[in-house]
Amino acid sequence: MQSDAIVPLLLTLKVASLATIFASILGIVVGKMLGRRRSFTRDVAESLLTLPLVLPPTVLGYYLLVVLGREGFIGAWLMRTFGVSLIFTWQGAVIASAVAAFPLILRAARAAFSEVDMQLENAARSLGATESEVFFRVTLPLAWRGVLAGALLAFARAMGEFGATLMVAGSLPGRTQTLSLAIYDAVMAGDDARANTLVIISLITAVVLLIAAAQLLQRTRYSKP
Amino acid sequence: MKIAMRGCFKKMFFIVLGTFPAQFVFAADIVVSAAASLSNSFGDLGKAYEAKHPGDHVVMNFAASDVLLKQIEQGAPADVFASADEVTMDRAAQSKLIDPSTRRDFAANSLVLIVGNGVNAPASLHDLANTVYTHIAIGNPDSVPAGRYAKEALTSAKLWDKLQSQIVPTQNVRQALDYVARGEAQAGFVYATDAETQKEKVHIAMTVPTSTPVRYPIAVITMSAHPDLSRGFADFVISPEGQAVLKRYGFGAP
Repeated sequence: MQSDAIVPLLLTLKVASLATIFASILGIVVGKMLGRRRSFTRDVAESLLTLPLVLPPTVLGYYLLVVLGREGFIGAWLMRTFGVSLIFTWQGAVIASAVAAFPLILRAARAAFSEVDMQLENAARSLGATESEVFFRVTLPLAWRGVLAGALLAFARAMGEFGATLMVAGSLPGRTQTLSLAIYDAVMAGDDARANTLVIISLITAVVLLIAAAQLLQRTRYSKP
Repeated sequence: MKIAMRGCFKKMFFIVLGTFPAQFVFAADIVVSAAASLSNSFGDLGKAYEAKHPGDHVVMNFAASDVLLKQIEQGAPADVFASADEVTMDRAAQSKLIDPSTRRDFAANSLVLIVGNGVNAPASLHDLANTVYTHIAIGNPDSVPAGRYAKEALTSAKLWDKLQSQIVPTQNVRQALDYVARGEAQAGFVYATDAETQKEKVHIAMTVPTSTPVRYPIAVITMSAHPDLSRGFADFVISPEGQAVLKRYGFGAP
């Protein structure tokens, strides 16, 4: 296999994994905070947090560029405090992918949490468990499959991220050029052979990961929480 | 009430349905695929042409020249192709995608090195190796003519390999301009006319000599559904009126 095809693959896996971890932590926390009761305020909050999924990726990329850029309020702060800029870096790609993937895990986590039997949570409380004990020892283990399914979707979204990543991280070969960006570049440059190689690599990767995830979900179904 | 509503929906359904075919078969839609650097000027040219020819519509499709060629190769329904270099138009001619009798140069431009606000202008291309210029935005030479011109200039100055870690390849020339205007890249290579559109945010450090002059050719696409109208638009671009619009945006005569 061509080594110049391995670089974008490894980068894609690194970016998508980290993005999924960040999005998952944030999604679980926010999903828990939104709680199981529905109200107008909570619906508004959830809708706003779902925007990254609904907005065109280029719009998302533009906003991220404005916020994370040198003149943006997060970008300027990072520059002042740490002397770093996220634009044109793989870390920037992680943020773009994490933001794009976050709504998927948030929605899945919130739905999974509200499926958990409240009586079990109350039973734990009546036995003296604190709220965080209830969450980590009852709610999360019971909702785990739903959360995992959401994380899987988030990973898929992060792996395929294109528009926002292109604007924030650029398409720097070997540094920020993920598989989807490398494929686009190869097609635009008329290098169909390279494009086809990269397409096959991403297909195989996606299928392998999906099968692995299905196996994992299958196994967790029968194991004790 | 209910019946009235149903009638209303029915009417709306047909109104919506009716608009679909109109968009596809409208006889006088001229689709112009033009290089990204022509974005502002061709927008105006299209409006001026429509004002002169009521009933005709000009639809603009802007992207890097190679991307446009790729679309045309794949059968995109374009009528006129305006490229930012002769190389791309030559490739279109070789694949018989354009009518060679309609090919003409319609504008000239120059490649410039720009820097963002508050960045010291390099005195020569060699100064770009300085670490002040962390990121240098250049159109991807594999698909963007401005990037090809820049790569040629940097290669002949023996700088191309040296600057690799600083170079940020972009999807078209306007993205390079945007990165410099936002301060994300400290320097970049664009056309003089691009720099003109963002003159409060970018400054021209120097005009970069190119081995071949930057000229823009235009031609009618072989597969065009209405070659006569398309030729009419190309003629308009060459006409004194069209040239005046291009001049206003800083393009030179071919």
